[in-house]
Amino acid sequence: MTQKIRLATCSLAGCFGCHMSFLDIDEALISVADIVEFDRSPITDIKHVTNCDIGLIEGGICNSDNIEVLKEFREQCKILVAVGACAITGGVPALRNHFELKECLEEVYLKGKGVVNPQIPSDEELPLLTEKVYPIHEVVKIDYSLPGCPPPADAFMELITAIKQNREPKLEYALRHFD
Amino acid sequence: MPQKISPRKIKIDQQDIPFSEGQSIMEAAEQAGVYIPHLCHKAGYKAHGSCRLCTVKASGRWVSACTEPAEVGLQVENNSSELQSQRRAIVQLLFAEGNHHCPFCEKSGNCQLQAVAYSLDMHDAHFAHQFPHRTLDASHPEVLLDRDRCIQCELCVRASKEHDKKNVFALSGRGPHTQLIVNSESGKLKDSEIEKDDEAIKVCPTGALMNRSKPFSVPIGQRQFDNIPIDQQSTGKSGNNEAQP
Repeated sequence: MTQKIRLATCSLAGCFGCHMSFLDIDEALISVADIVEFDRSPITDIKHVTNCDIGLIEGGICNSDNIEVLKEFREQCKILVAVGACAITGGVPALRNHFELKECLEEVYLKGKGVVNPQIPSDEELPLLTEKVYPIHEVVKIDYSLPGCPPPADAFMELITAIKQNREPKLEYALRHFD
Repeated sequence: MPQKISPRKIKIDQQDIPFSEGQSIMEAAEQAGVYIPHLCHKAGYKAHGSCRLCTVKASGRWVSACTEPAEVGLQVENNSSELQSQRRAIVQLLFAEGNHHCPFCEKSGNCQLQAVAYSLDMHDAHFAHQFPHRTLDASHPEVLLDRDRCIQCELCVRASKEHDKKNVFALSGRGPHTQLIVNSESGKLKDSEIEKDDEAIKVCPTGALMNRSKPFSVPIGQRQFDNIPIDQQSTGKSGNNEAQP
Protein backbone atom coordinates (compact mmCIF):
# COMPACT_ATOMS: atom_id res chain seq x y z
CA MET A 1 0.00 0.00 0.00
CA THR A 2 1.94 3.03 -1.22
CA GLN A 3 -0.85 5.59 -1.05
CA LYS A 4 -2.04 6.99 2.26
CA ILE A 5 -4.62 4.92 4.11
CA ARG A 6 -7.99 6.62 4.08
CA LEU A 7 -9.45 6.41 7.58
CA ALA A 8 -12.86 7.44 8.91
CA THR A 9 -14.03 7.38 12.52
CA CYS A 10 -17.27 8.03 14.36
CA SER A 11 -18.83 7.68 17.76
CA LEU A 12 -22.34 6.19 17.92
CA ALA A 13 -23.67 5.37 21.41
CA GLY A 14 -20.27 6.05 22.91
CA CYS A 15 -18.56 8.65 25.10
CA PHE A 16 -15.68 9.63 22.76
CA GLY A 17 -13.30 7.99 25.24
CA CYS A 18 -12.04 5.67 22.48
CA HIS A 19 -11.32 8.70 20.27
CA MET A 20 -9.41 10.24 23.18
CA SER A 21 -7.39 7.03 23.50
CA PHE A 22 -6.63 7.14 19.77
CA LEU A 23 -5.28 10.66 20.23
CA ASP A 24 -3.27 9.30 23.15
CA ILE A 25 -0.70 7.89 20.69
CA ASP A 26 0.89 11.28 21.36
CA GLU A 27 3.84 12.15 19.12
CA ALA A 28 3.14 9.05 17.01
CA LEU A 29 0.31 11.13 15.56
CA ILE A 30 2.95 12.78 13.39
CA SER A 31 4.02 9.46 11.86
CA VAL A 32 0.36 8.40 11.57
CA ALA A 33 -0.33 11.58 9.64
CA ASP A 34 2.37 10.46 7.17
CA ILE A 35 0.50 7.26 6.34
CA VAL A 36 -3.11 8.18 7.09
CA GLU A 37 -5.54 10.59 5.51
CA PHE A 38 -8.63 11.31 7.60
CA ASP A 39 -12.04 11.25 6.01
CA ARG A 40 -15.21 11.62 8.12
CA SER A 41 -14.19 11.99 11.75
CA PRO A 42 -14.75 14.38 14.67
CA ILE A 43 -11.18 15.43 13.87
CA THR A 44 -12.10 16.73 10.40
CA ASP A 45 -15.80 17.51 10.86
CA ILE A 46 -16.55 15.94 7.45
CA LYS A 47 -20.20 14.85 7.63
CA HIS A 48 -20.28 11.80 5.34
CA VAL A 49 -17.84 8.96 4.83
CA THR A 50 -16.62 8.18 1.30
CA ASN A 51 -14.50 5.34 -0.03
CA CYS A 52 -12.19 4.54 2.89
CA ASP A 53 -9.74 1.77 3.73
CA ILE A 54 -10.56 1.67 7.43
CA GLY A 55 -13.64 2.70 9.40
CA LEU A 56 -13.32 2.88 13.18
CA ILE A 57 -16.65 2.67 15.00
CA GLU A 58 -16.90 3.67 18.63
CA GLY A 59 -20.12 3.00 20.56
CA GLY A 60 -23.08 0.70 20.06
CA ILE A 61 -26.44 1.19 18.39
CA CYS A 62 -29.10 3.07 20.34
CA ASN A 63 -31.09 4.95 17.67
CA SER A 64 -32.05 5.10 13.99
CA ASP A 65 -29.30 7.59 13.16
CA ASN A 66 -26.68 5.19 14.55
CA ILE A 67 -27.96 2.48 12.18
CA GLU A 68 -27.86 4.84 9.19
CA VAL A 69 -24.31 5.99 9.95
CA LEU A 70 -23.11 2.45 10.61
CA LYS A 71 -24.54 1.16 7.33
CA GLU A 72 -22.93 4.06 5.46
CA PHE A 73 -19.59 3.19 7.04
CA ARG A 74 -20.01 -0.48 6.08
CA GLU A 75 -20.74 0.47 2.47
CA GLN A 76 -17.85 2.90 2.21
CA CYS A 77 -15.09 1.13 4.21
CA LYS A 78 -13.09 -1.88 3.11
CA ILE A 79 -12.26 -2.76 6.71
CA LEU A 80 -14.68 -1.97 9.51
CA VAL A 81 -13.44 -2.11 13.10
CA ALA A 82 -15.47 -2.24 16.31
CA VAL A 83 -13.58 -0.03 18.73
CA GLY A 84 -14.09 -0.40 22.47
CA ALA A 85 -16.49 -2.11 24.84
CA CYS A 86 -19.64 -0.22 23.75
CA ALA A 87 -19.22 -1.08 20.06
CA ILE A 88 -18.39 -4.68 20.94
CA THR A 89 -20.90 -5.40 23.74
CA GLY A 90 -23.26 -2.41 23.96
CA GLY A 91 -21.40 -1.27 27.09
CA VAL A 92 -22.85 1.17 29.59
CA PRO A 93 -25.71 2.33 27.31
CA ALA A 94 -26.84 -1.32 27.09
CA LEU A 95 -27.71 -1.19 30.79
CA ARG A 96 -31.03 0.25 29.64
CA ASN A 97 -31.77 -3.15 28.05
CA HIS A 98 -32.93 -4.29 31.47
CA PHE A 99 -35.84 -1.85 31.24
CA GLU A 100 -38.57 -1.16 28.71
CA LEU A 101 -37.81 1.85 26.49
CA LYS A 102 -41.09 3.43 27.65
CA GLU A 103 -39.96 3.15 31.28
CA CYS A 104 -36.66 4.87 30.45
CA LEU A 105 -38.33 7.76 28.61
CA GLU A 106 -40.90 8.25 31.37
CA GLU A 107 -38.23 8.23 34.04
CA VAL A 108 -36.18 10.88 32.26
CA TYR A 109 -38.81 13.17 30.73
CA LEU A 110 -41.90 12.74 32.93
CA LYS A 111 -40.97 11.60 36.42
CA GLY A 112 -37.38 12.82 36.69
CA LYS A 113 -36.38 15.27 39.41
CA GLY A 114 -36.48 18.91 38.33
CA VAL A 115 -38.38 18.22 35.07
CA VAL A 116 -40.26 21.30 33.89
CA ASN A 117 -43.14 20.94 31.39
CA PRO A 118 -42.93 17.14 31.34
CA GLN A 119 -43.30 15.60 27.88
CA ILE A 120 -41.62 12.87 25.89
CA PRO A 121 -39.76 14.45 22.91
CA SER A 122 -41.29 13.51 19.56
CA ASP A 123 -39.81 16.02 17.11
CA GLU A 124 -39.28 14.44 13.69
CA GLU A 125 -35.72 15.85 13.67
CA LEU A 126 -34.85 13.54 16.55
CA PRO A 127 -33.73 10.00 15.70
CA LEU A 128 -35.98 7.29 17.08
CA LEU A 129 -34.50 5.22 19.88
CA THR A 130 -34.13 1.49 19.27
CA GLU A 131 -35.96 -0.82 21.68
CA LYS A 132 -32.62 -2.17 22.88
CA VAL A 133 -28.99 -1.08 22.61
CA TYR A 134 -27.04 -3.42 20.30
CA PRO A 135 -23.38 -4.19 19.72
CA ILE A 136 -22.54 -3.18 16.15
CA HIS A 137 -21.71 -6.71 14.96
CA GLU A 138 -25.41 -7.50 15.31
CA VAL A 139 -26.22 -4.92 12.62
CA VAL A 140 -23.37 -5.10 10.07
CA LYS A 141 -20.38 -7.34 9.39
CA ILE A 142 -17.33 -6.35 11.41
CA ASP A 143 -13.79 -7.25 10.35
CA TYR A 144 -11.82 -6.60 13.55
CA SER A 145 -12.48 -5.64 17.15
CA LEU A 146 -10.27 -3.59 19.45
CA PRO A 147 -11.42 -4.48 22.98
CA GLY A 148 -11.05 -2.24 26.00
CA CYS A 149 -12.66 0.70 27.72
CA PRO A 150 -10.98 2.36 25.99
CA PRO A 151 -8.63 0.26 23.84
CA PRO A 152 -5.02 1.29 24.54
CA ALA A 153 -3.39 3.76 22.14
CA ASP A 154 -0.96 1.03 21.09
CA ALA A 155 -3.86 -1.11 19.88
CA PHE A 156 -4.81 1.63 17.38
CA MET A 157 -1.19 1.84 16.26
CA GLU A 158 -0.96 -1.92 15.76
CA LEU A 159 -4.19 -1.94 13.74
CA ILE A 160 -3.13 0.87 11.42
CA THR A 161 0.45 -0.38 11.07
CA ALA A 162 -0.69 -3.93 10.29
CA ILE A 163 -3.12 -2.78 7.63
CA LYS A 164 -0.47 -0.53 6.12
CA GLN A 165 1.89 -3.52 6.00
CA ASN A 166 -0.78 -5.82 4.53
CA ARG A 167 -0.74 -8.23 7.48
CA GLU A 168 -3.25 -9.36 10.11
CA PRO A 169 -3.30 -7.16 13.23
CA LYS A 170 -1.92 -9.00 16.26
CA LEU A 171 -3.02 -7.74 19.66
CA GLU A 172 -0.48 -8.64 22.31
CA TYR A 173 -1.74 -9.72 25.75
CA ALA A 174 -1.65 -6.19 27.18
CA LEU A 175 -3.67 -4.87 24.23
CA ARG A 176 -6.64 -7.21 24.53
CA HIS A 177 -8.08 -6.34 27.93
CA PHE A 178 -11.81 -5.73 28.33
CA ASP A 179 -11.60 -2.82 30.79
CA MET B 1 16.32 -56.90 44.24
CA PRO B 2 12.87 -55.34 43.77
CA GLN B 3 11.80 -54.91 40.16
CA LYS B 4 11.66 -51.29 39.08
CA ILE B 5 8.09 -50.31 38.16
CA SER B 6 7.88 -47.78 35.38
CA PRO B 7 5.53 -44.89 36.18
CA ARG B 8 2.09 -44.85 34.58
CA LYS B 9 1.99 -42.20 31.86
CA ILE B 10 -0.27 -40.50 29.37
CA LYS B 11 0.88 -38.26 26.56
CA ILE B 12 -0.45 -34.70 26.36
CA ASP B 13 0.57 -32.96 23.13
CA GLN B 14 3.45 -35.46 22.76
CA GLN B 15 4.71 -34.80 26.30
CA ASP B 16 4.90 -37.71 28.77
CA ILE B 17 2.75 -36.97 31.82
CA PRO B 18 2.87 -39.36 34.80
CA PHE B 19 -0.31 -40.05 36.75
CA SER B 20 -1.48 -42.08 39.71
CA GLU B 21 -4.39 -44.48 39.86
CA GLY B 22 -7.74 -42.67 39.94
CA GLN B 23 -6.50 -39.33 38.62
CA SER B 24 -8.32 -37.56 35.80
CA ILE B 25 -6.51 -36.18 32.74
CA MET B 26 -6.92 -32.71 34.29
CA GLU B 27 -5.40 -33.75 37.62
CA ALA B 28 -2.44 -35.39 35.91
CA ALA B 29 -1.94 -32.28 33.74
CA GLU B 30 -2.12 -29.90 36.69
CA GLN B 31 0.34 -31.98 38.65
CA ALA B 32 2.77 -31.75 35.74
CA GLY B 33 2.20 -28.01 35.27
CA VAL B 34 0.36 -28.39 31.97
CA TYR B 35 -2.52 -25.93 31.57
CA ILE B 36 -5.84 -27.13 30.22
CA PRO B 37 -8.38 -24.24 30.12
CA HIS B 38 -11.21 -24.71 32.61
CA LEU B 39 -13.80 -22.80 34.62
CA CYS B 40 -16.00 -25.27 36.53
CA HIS B 41 -13.08 -27.38 37.69
CA LYS B 42 -11.13 -26.67 40.84
CA ALA B 43 -8.51 -28.85 42.47
CA GLY B 44 -9.89 -30.46 45.61
CA TYR B 45 -13.50 -30.49 44.42
CA LYS B 46 -15.44 -33.25 42.76
CA ALA B 47 -15.39 -32.86 38.98
CA HIS B 48 -18.47 -31.25 37.47
CA GLY B 49 -17.79 -31.49 33.73
CA SER B 50 -20.29 -28.79 32.83
CA CYS B 51 -18.37 -25.90 31.29
CA ARG B 52 -16.77 -28.15 28.62
CA LEU B 53 -13.86 -25.75 28.32
CA CYS B 54 -11.41 -28.52 29.22
CA THR B 55 -12.56 -30.66 26.29
CA VAL B 56 -9.57 -32.50 24.85
CA LYS B 57 -9.19 -35.23 22.25
CA ALA B 58 -8.16 -38.42 24.07
CA SER B 59 -7.12 -41.14 21.62
CA GLY B 60 -9.44 -39.55 19.06
CA ARG B 61 -12.48 -39.09 21.34
CA TRP B 62 -13.80 -35.76 22.60
CA VAL B 63 -13.84 -35.88 26.41
CA SER B 64 -13.78 -33.37 29.23
CA ALA B 65 -10.35 -33.62 30.86
CA CYS B 66 -11.76 -33.06 34.35
CA THR B 67 -14.03 -36.12 34.24
CA GLU B 68 -12.05 -38.53 32.06
CA PRO B 69 -9.77 -40.91 34.00
CA ALA B 70 -6.15 -41.02 32.89
CA GLU B 71 -5.23 -44.42 31.49
CA VAL B 72 -1.87 -45.84 30.47
CA GLY B 73 -1.02 -44.96 26.89
CA LEU B 74 -3.77 -42.37 26.42
CA GLN B 75 -2.80 -39.87 23.69
CA VAL B 76 -4.26 -36.50 24.58
CA GLU B 77 -4.50 -33.52 22.22
CA ASN B 78 -4.85 -30.31 24.22
CA ASN B 79 -3.24 -27.21 22.77
CA SER B 80 -4.33 -27.51 19.13
CA SER B 81 -5.75 -24.64 17.07
CA GLU B 82 -8.96 -26.63 16.57
CA LEU B 83 -9.54 -27.13 20.30
CA GLN B 84 -8.52 -23.57 21.16
CA SER B 85 -10.94 -22.24 18.57
CA GLN B 86 -13.79 -24.33 19.99
CA ARG B 87 -12.92 -23.23 23.52
CA ARG B 88 -12.97 -19.61 22.37
CA ALA B 89 -16.48 -20.17 21.00
CA ILE B 90 -17.59 -21.61 24.37
CA VAL B 91 -16.27 -18.54 26.21
CA GLN B 92 -17.89 -16.25 23.63
CA LEU B 93 -21.21 -18.00 24.28
CA LEU B 94 -20.77 -17.48 28.03
CA PHE B 95 -20.19 -13.77 27.47
CA ALA B 96 -23.16 -13.49 25.09
CA GLU B 97 -25.63 -15.29 27.37
CA GLY B 98 -24.81 -13.35 30.54
CA ASN B 99 -24.40 -9.67 31.34
CA HIS B 100 -20.66 -9.32 31.71
CA HIS B 101 -19.85 -5.62 31.94
CA CYS B 102 -16.09 -5.81 32.36
CA PRO B 103 -15.37 -2.05 32.29
CA PHE B 104 -17.17 -1.46 35.59
CA CYS B 105 -17.10 -4.88 37.25
CA GLU B 106 -15.27 -5.10 40.60
CA LYS B 107 -13.85 -8.48 39.61
CA SER B 108 -12.31 -7.22 36.38
CA GLY B 109 -8.61 -8.08 36.23
CA ASN B 110 -9.09 -10.84 38.79
CA CYS B 111 -11.81 -12.70 36.88
CA GLN B 112 -11.15 -16.18 35.55
CA LEU B 113 -13.78 -15.94 32.82
CA GLN B 114 -12.10 -12.79 31.53
CA ALA B 115 -8.63 -14.30 31.95
CA VAL B 116 -9.58 -17.38 29.95
CA ALA B 117 -10.98 -15.09 27.24
CA TYR B 118 -7.68 -13.16 27.14
CA SER B 119 -5.70 -16.37 27.05
CA LEU B 120 -7.78 -17.69 24.12
CA ASP B 121 -7.22 -14.43 22.21
CA MET B 122 -10.93 -13.56 22.27
CA HIS B 123 -11.61 -9.99 21.14
CA ASP B 124 -15.43 -10.02 21.05
CA ALA B 125 -18.40 -12.24 21.86
CA HIS B 126 -19.15 -12.94 18.16
CA PHE B 127 -22.69 -14.16 18.96
CA ALA B 128 -25.78 -12.00 19.57
CA HIS B 129 -25.90 -10.78 23.16
CA GLN B 130 -28.93 -12.08 25.03
CA PHE B 131 -29.08 -9.34 27.72
CA PRO B 132 -30.99 -11.68 30.07
CA HIS B 133 -33.03 -10.23 32.92
CA ARG B 134 -31.49 -11.55 36.12
CA THR B 135 -31.90 -10.43 39.70
CA LEU B 136 -29.25 -9.03 42.01
CA ASP B 137 -29.13 -9.96 45.69
CA ALA B 138 -27.54 -7.10 47.61
CA SER B 139 -29.47 -7.89 50.81
CA HIS B 140 -26.41 -9.04 52.74
CA PRO B 141 -24.15 -6.32 54.18
CA GLU B 142 -20.95 -8.22 53.39
CA VAL B 143 -21.70 -10.52 50.46
CA LEU B 144 -23.00 -9.68 46.99
CA LEU B 145 -24.72 -12.08 44.59
CA ASP B 146 -24.86 -10.65 41.06
CA ARG B 147 -26.56 -13.26 38.88
CA ASP B 148 -25.67 -11.26 35.74
CA ARG B 149 -22.13 -12.56 36.15
CA CYS B 150 -22.99 -16.16 37.08
CA ILE B 151 -21.85 -18.85 34.64
CA GLN B 152 -23.56 -21.62 36.61
CA CYS B 153 -20.41 -23.63 37.22
CA GLU B 154 -21.76 -24.77 40.60
CA LEU B 155 -18.39 -24.23 42.30
CA CYS B 156 -20.13 -22.23 45.05
CA VAL B 157 -22.73 -24.99 45.41
CA ARG B 158 -19.99 -27.57 45.88
CA ALA B 159 -17.87 -25.34 48.14
CA SER B 160 -20.79 -24.45 50.38
CA LYS B 161 -21.73 -28.12 50.76
CA GLU B 162 -18.35 -29.80 50.85
CA HIS B 163 -16.13 -27.14 52.45
CA ASP B 164 -18.32 -24.72 54.40
CA LYS B 165 -20.82 -27.48 55.39
CA LYS B 166 -23.67 -25.02 54.91
CA ASN B 167 -25.52 -25.86 51.70
CA VAL B 168 -26.36 -22.22 50.92
CA PHE B 169 -26.60 -22.46 47.11
CA ALA B 170 -28.25 -24.53 44.38
CA LEU B 171 -29.12 -24.20 40.73
CA SER B 172 -32.81 -24.05 39.92
CA GLY B 173 -34.80 -23.99 36.66
CA ARG B 174 -33.97 -25.28 33.21
CA GLY B 175 -32.16 -24.07 30.12
CA PRO B 176 -31.96 -20.29 29.83
CA HIS B 177 -34.09 -19.98 32.99
CA THR B 178 -31.50 -21.71 35.16
CA GLN B 179 -30.38 -19.52 38.03
CA LEU B 180 -28.48 -19.68 41.28
CA ILE B 181 -30.85 -19.78 44.23
CA VAL B 182 -30.17 -19.18 47.93
CA ASN B 183 -31.21 -21.58 50.64
CA SER B 184 -33.09 -19.35 53.08
CA GLU B 185 -36.74 -18.78 53.87
CA SER B 186 -36.83 -15.47 52.01
CA GLY B 187 -34.48 -16.70 49.26
CA LYS B 188 -32.20 -13.78 50.17
CA LEU B 189 -28.57 -13.91 51.21
CA LYS B 190 -29.23 -11.87 54.35
CA ASP B 191 -31.35 -14.69 55.81
CA SER B 192 -28.91 -17.45 54.81
CA GLU B 193 -25.92 -18.84 56.69
CA ILE B 194 -23.41 -17.21 54.31
CA GLU B 195 -20.45 -15.35 55.84
CA LYS B 196 -17.95 -13.13 54.07
CA ASP B 197 -15.00 -15.50 54.46
CA ASP B 198 -16.82 -18.58 53.19
CA GLU B 199 -15.07 -20.70 50.60
CA ALA B 200 -18.22 -20.52 48.48
CA ILE B 201 -17.41 -16.86 47.77
CA LYS B 202 -13.69 -17.37 47.21
CA VAL B 203 -14.18 -20.11 44.60
CA CYS B 204 -16.40 -18.04 42.30
CA PRO B 205 -14.47 -17.73 39.02
CA THR B 206 -16.37 -14.54 38.07
CA GLY B 207 -17.75 -11.62 40.08
CA ALA B 208 -21.09 -13.33 40.73
CA LEU B 209 -20.30 -13.87 44.41
CA MET B 210 -18.13 -11.25 46.04
CA ASN B 211 -17.06 -10.08 49.43
CA ARG B 212 -18.29 -6.47 49.49
CA SER B 213 -15.70 -5.13 51.89
CA LYS B 214 -12.96 -3.97 49.49
CA PRO B 215 -14.18 -3.36 45.96
CA PHE B 216 -11.60 -1.98 43.51
CA SER B 217 -8.90 -2.22 46.19
CA VAL B 218 -6.17 -3.37 43.77
CA PRO B 219 -5.15 -0.77 41.18
CA ILE B 220 -5.25 -1.53 37.45
CA GLY B 221 -1.89 -2.95 36.45
CA GLN B 222 -1.47 -4.94 39.68
CA ARG B 223 -4.46 -7.26 39.42
CA GLN B 224 -3.98 -10.99 39.02
CA PHE B 225 -4.41 -11.24 35.25
CA ASP B 226 -3.27 -7.75 34.19
CA ASN B 227 0.17 -8.84 33.02
CA ILE B 228 0.51 -12.61 33.20
CA PRO B 229 -1.91 -14.84 31.26
CA ILE B 230 -3.81 -17.46 33.24
CA ASP B 231 -2.17 -20.24 31.23
CA GLN B 232 1.20 -19.14 32.58
CA GLN B 233 0.18 -18.84 36.21
CA SER B 234 -2.59 -21.34 36.81
CA THR B 235 -1.49 -24.94 36.89
CA GLY B 236 -4.05 -25.53 39.66
CA LYS B 237 -1.31 -26.50 42.07
CA SER B 238 -2.31 -23.67 44.38
CA GLY B 239 -5.99 -24.48 43.82
CA ASN B 240 -6.68 -20.80 44.34
CA ASN B 241 -9.46 -19.13 42.41
CA GLU B 242 -9.14 -15.95 44.40
CA ALA B 243 -7.31 -12.87 43.23
CA GLN B 244 -3.83 -12.45 44.59
CA PRO B 245 -3.53 -9.36 46.78
